[in-house]
Amino acid sequence: MLHGQRGIIDVDVHPVVPNMTALTPYMDEFWRDQVVERGINTIASQNYPPNAPKTARADWKQASKVGDLQAQLLDPWGVEMAICTPLYGTQMVMNADMARAFTRALNDWTRAEWLDRDARLRASIVLPMHDPEHAVEEIERLAPDRRFVQAQVLVMGETPAGKRQHWPVYQACVKHGLPLAIHAGSCFRHPVTSVGWPSWYLEEYSAQAQGFQSTLGSLITEGVLGKFPELKIVLLESGVTWLMPFLYRLQKTWKGTRFEIPWVDRPPIELVRDQVRLSCQPFDAPPEVVPRVLEMLGNDDMLMWASDWPHWQYDGDEAIPPGMPASLLPKLMRGNALATYARLREGVTA
Amino acid sequence: MNVIQPIRGKSKPPAATLGLVDVDIHPRMKKPTDLNPWLSQCWQAHLETYGIRARHGFVGGQPPFPKAQPLACRRDAWPPGGGTPASDLDFLRFQLLDQYGVDVGVLNPLQPSGQGDNNNEFSAAMAFAVNEWQLAEWTRKEPRLRGSVVVPYDDGPASAREIEKRAGDPNFCQVLMMSRTAEPAGKSRYWPIYEAAEAAGLPVAFHAFGYSGWAMTNGGWPSFYTEEVSEHAISAQNQVVSLVVEGVFERFPKLKVVMIECGFAWVPNVAWRLDQHWTQLRGEVPHLKLKPSEYIKRNIWFSTQPMEDPERPEHILDIMSWIGWDKILFASDYPHWDFDDPLLALSGAISAEKRRDIYGGNAIKLYGL
Repeated sequence: MLHGQRGIIDVDVHPVVPNMTALTPYMDEFWRDQVVERGINTIASQNYPPNAPKTARADWKQASKVGDLQAQLLDPWGVEMAICTPLYGTQMVMNADMARAFTRALNDWTRAEWLDRDARLRASIVLPMHDPEHAVEEIERLAPDRRFVQAQVLVMGETPAGKRQHWPVYQACVKHGLPLAIHAGSCFRHPVTSVGWPSWYLEEYSAQAQGFQSTLGSLITEGVLGKFPELKIVLLESGVTWLMPFLYRLQKTWKGTRFEIPWVDRPPIELVRDQVRLSCQPFDAPPEVVPRVLEMLGNDDMLMWASDWPHWQYDGDEAIPPGMPASLLPKLMRGNALATYARLREGVTA
Repeated sequence: MNVIQPIRGKSKPPAATLGLVDVDIHPRMKKPTDLNPWLSQCWQAHLETYGIRARHGFVGGQPPFPKAQPLACRRDAWPPGGGTPASDLDFLRFQLLDQYGVDVGVLNPLQPSGQGDNNNEFSAAMAFAVNEWQLAEWTRKEPRLRGSVVVPYDDGPASAREIEKRAGDPNFCQVLMMSRTAEPAGKSRYWPIYEAAEAAGLPVAFHAFGYSGWAMTNGGWPSFYTEEVSEHAISAQNQVVSLVVEGVFERFPKLKVVMIECGFAWVPNVAWRLDQHWTQLRGEVPHLKLKPSEYIKRNIWFSTQPMEDPERPEHILDIMSWIGWDKILFASDYPHWDFDDPLLALSGAISAEKRRDIYGGNAIKLYGL
């Protein structure tokens, strides 16, 4: 039990793929052969350098087996349900067909080695976004298994998320009642800042917050939120405090420039409060300003608790951002996730 | 926003008791050949033949995201005697300096200044010419105006030489860069600029804009001008992070940086985020002796326009107090369409004493006016 809360739901845990050998059993013969013959040993992502302190807490270094998650998190904290969000670099590879095969293998690995081994687990359909047809195909393939509760992309892709070539993917999400999770991370098609490549990982990790601003700006201005009002967007490991200041400017600009995006017929802040949800790790604020930040957010339904296991965001069991008022905890740790994810409410496995 | 011809008499904001300093005025040339007196024949020919070659592909000053208004200017800022907005000193005096009682106005020349051009040598020649033009056409004719030392920022040593030429000249009060440089602003290629500026006692201003040559978001090119405007604040965030994390303020502790037209509501969350993740990642950056937020508090100033617009006015007070009341400078952005009227820009929720500092007191200290 964590902070006295029962039935807690963790919306962001990261099973770690140890190497490509773990995925090859889930590939067809051609791709299995490619992996071996071309010596593709690992496609771990520079978004989380394997030995960087942020990538794994000292006591969470083992994170590639379901037993690790059970022992480190699910059992001691009494987690009722946790959503797996694997971050292996399948979305980064350049070849669309390879991305399709590797992503498929990743999703099947998650299903067989995590979902099938612990009934508390749910997962995300990791999408190969190179080709919208491939992404839709993957949604159609896995959506019948109702333990897959959302689709998942990285925040920095090849083109901004709102662009219309991605809309068939969002249509498929709506069709199956799947939120679209956007997780921190880059496909490295562009520098992680709009002014080029930074020197230090601290800068690179910080730049996720800029990526989320641009992505959310794209989803709003291109009209995705308006076009798909049933679609929930879940921002994972995004940080929280950047959101309202960003919207204060976007909404002000929109008042002066809405002639170019007439389909945005509601104030951006309203659209976001209705359709966008965020995980609370990391929160990115000192405890004394948290109440004010929540007041600006202006909606108790938006934040969902995440451990972000095994990433190092906090020590021990300080998994709730310090300063979070106790009155918010029932929604933060359970209610908001149930409201966001229809499939969590079903509470049954496939 | 897009006001038309003033309907009031001349009036200075009553709270501006220490003076009204406008840190963001954009003078324009009357015609492209205005710089010729200070360009060699070779560069004159280059300018005429090839124009400014920006990192976005359009010629003739056409931006890739067309503006909300012609030249992004107020409709009423076109001088009655002809020419483009802010190209006529008398009309600028009438519509801005005299109208609001501006005591000091800081000039930030934009394109065709040659900043960010593909050709660094050409950019350096243009920077020299633009600086001479500011002296000849503006600051020597109007004592209320101060120039900015335009530098060819992607060439650090050439920029430093231009700063050294202007050091000690009271007509200039800062160095001017654009917020979208070819590499993050903290990289060592830009250090000669900071070294020269620190030595000359000139703050370095980053004005929102420019084209870095990279996609405008870290996930590709957006579609709309609305997004481009938001991206100014976003790229400025990256620049602040880079300046801090690369250790620029450790190396040049007296350097003053001014972020102009970048917004400011994001400053607290960028500082908090850096501090939070520095907790786990500080082993990577032992050159930082202070918490990241402490450098921001010590070394960086922010201009007001365009001010973010929270739903509740008291939230702008929270944001300003988190940044520091002594770090905020008034800017009008004249003659652009999103101009902030000095009489209307600052919320009455801000105390008169703090408005006094934002209107003038902070800038007077920063620039030593």
